[in-house]
Amino acid sequence: MIRTIDIEKSFGDNQVLKGITTEFYDGRPNLIIGASGAGKTVLLKLLIGLFTPTSGQVMYDDINIFDLNKKELRQIRMTIGMLFQGNALFDSMTVGENIQFPMDMFTRRTLKEKRMRVDQCLEMVNMEGINNRYPSEVSGGMQKRVGIARAMVLEPKYLFCDEPNSGLDPQTSILIDKLICDLTIRNNITTVINTHDMNSVMGIGDNILLMKNGHVAWRGDKSQVLESDNETLEDFIFASPFLRRLREDALKLRHGE
Amino acid sequence: MLIDTFLFNFGQYVLLLKTAVAKPERFSMYYKETVRQMDAIGVGSVFIVILISMFIGMVTAVQFADQLGDSFVPTYYIGYIVRDITIIEMAPTITCLVLAGKVGSNLAAEIGGMRQKEHIDAMEIMGVNTAAYLIMPKLVAAVFVIPLLVAISAFVSIIGGYVATVWPGTLSHTEYVLGLRSYFVPRYVFMMFVKASVFAFLLTSVSCYLGYYVKGGSIELGEASTNAVVVSNVLILLFDFIIALLLT
Repeated sequence: MIRTIDIEKSFGDNQVLKGITTEFYDGRPNLIIGASGAGKTVLLKLLIGLFTPTSGQVMYDDINIFDLNKKELRQIRMTIGMLFQGNALFDSMTVGENIQFPMDMFTRRTLKEKRMRVDQCLEMVNMEGINNRYPSEVSGGMQKRVGIARAMVLEPKYLFCDEPNSGLDPQTSILIDKLICDLTIRNNITTVINTHDMNSVMGIGDNILLMKNGHVAWRGDKSQVLESDNETLEDFIFASPFLRRLREDALKLRHGE
Repeated sequence: MLIDTFLFNFGQYVLLLKTAVAKPERFSMYYKETVRQMDAIGVGSVFIVILISMFIGMVTAVQFADQLGDSFVPTYYIGYIVRDITIIEMAPTITCLVLAGKVGSNLAAEIGGMRQKEHIDAMEIMGVNTAAYLIMPKLVAAVFVIPLLVAISAFVSIIGGYVATVWPGTLSHTEYVLGLRSYFVPRYVFMMFVKASVFAFLLTSVSCYLGYYVKGGSIELGEASTNAVVVSNVLILLFDFIIALLLT
C-alpha cells in the first residue's frame, strides 16, 4: 500500500498540491482523475520520487521514500514498474531488448532465462512474436502493451500508469484497462493510474481520487460515481449534455423507475 | 545575474559529474555501452579527422614555405615547423574543436532527446543511475579514443605537409625528413596527449551536461546542441592557454 500524508508541492510561488492525504491499495486499480492542471501528474511524479515534496510524506508500506538516500531509493524503485504516457520505449532497441533491459541491468539471469522471461511478458500482454521489431514498427496500442510488459518484467510490487489510454481508440483503451486490471489483481500489486478516460473510471475505478486545483475534490469507487452529488465530479465526468442524460437514465433504471 | 547563472550551472555540472562517477549497477552493460561509444566517437570521426588534418598539414607547410621565401633560414626547417606546430597545437586543438562540433552536438542531442522522450525518467524509475549509465561510458570512451584520433591527426598532418611541399618540388624528400628529425622534444608529444585528454573530457562532459538538463521542446534541444559546441569550443581554447602556461 502507498500512503501520502499531507503532501504539498510548490514551483516557485505556484502551489500545485495543497495537502494531499490519501491511500492507494494493493490488488486493485487506484485512479487519479481530474482536469488538466489539477496536479495529477505532479502527484504521480511525487509518488515515484521524481519530484520532492515541499512538505509531507509518501509512505511505501511504512517507509517514507523521502527519508531514503539515493541508493535506498534505487532499491525501492527496482520494485516499481511504470507505464509512461508516451511509452518511453528506447527507439534504438528492439521490443525484446526493451523488455530485457531491466533484467540486463539488475539481474544475473542467463541470456536464455532472460529471453524466456521476455517471451512470458509478451505473452502476458498478448504480443507474442514481436521481439525483433522496433518500437517504431508497431502501433500505438502495441507500444502501450510493450510498455506494460517492460514495467512487469521484474515482477514489481507497484505499478504506475500515466495516461495509459491517451491516443488510443476506445476499444484498445478498454483492452489496455482490462490488461492492467487483470495484472493488478493476479499479482496483487499496488497500481496507480493517472487518467482522463471516462471508460477507465467506470470500468476499473475501484478507488478513484478526483483532484481539483491541487486538492482531493472527491474520493470513492465506480459504483458511487452515478449517485454522487459532488459538483466537481459531475462537471468532470458528465461534462456533456449527452452524458448527463445517460446518467439520468441510468439512475432511473437503478431506482426502478 | 550572469555570475548567478554561471555559478548555478557550474555547481550543477560538478554534482552531475560526481553522480556520474559511481559504481556501475552491471559492469557488462557499462562495458558494452563504452565500446559502442568508442565506435561512435572514434571510428565515426576518423574520416573527418584525416581530412582536416591533411589540409592543416598542407596549409601549414605551404604558408611557412612562402614566409621563408629567399631568407637564410634553411628549407628543411619546413619539416621541423610542420611537425612541432602540428604536435603542440594544431592536432589536439583543431581536432578537438572539430570533434566538439561533431561529437559534442551529437551527445547533447542524444541525451537531450532521451530526456524529452522520458527515457531518462523511465531508467530512473527502474532504479538505474542515469547520470552514470549515460555519461560515464561516453567520458571513458572519449578520453580513451580522442587522444588516439589526435595522434592520427598529427601523423596525417605531417604527411600533408610532405605532400604539399615535396611533391611540387618546394623542397626534397631528404630535406623534409631531415626537418622532421631535427630538434625533436619528446615533451611536446606528452603535451599533445595531455591536451587531447583534457579537451576530450571537457567536450564530452559539457555536452552531456547540457543534454541531460535540457527542458522544453525541439527549440530548446537545438539550443542545447548549439550551446554544447559553443561552450566546448570556448573551454577548449581557454584550457589550451592554461595547459600551454603550465607545460611550457
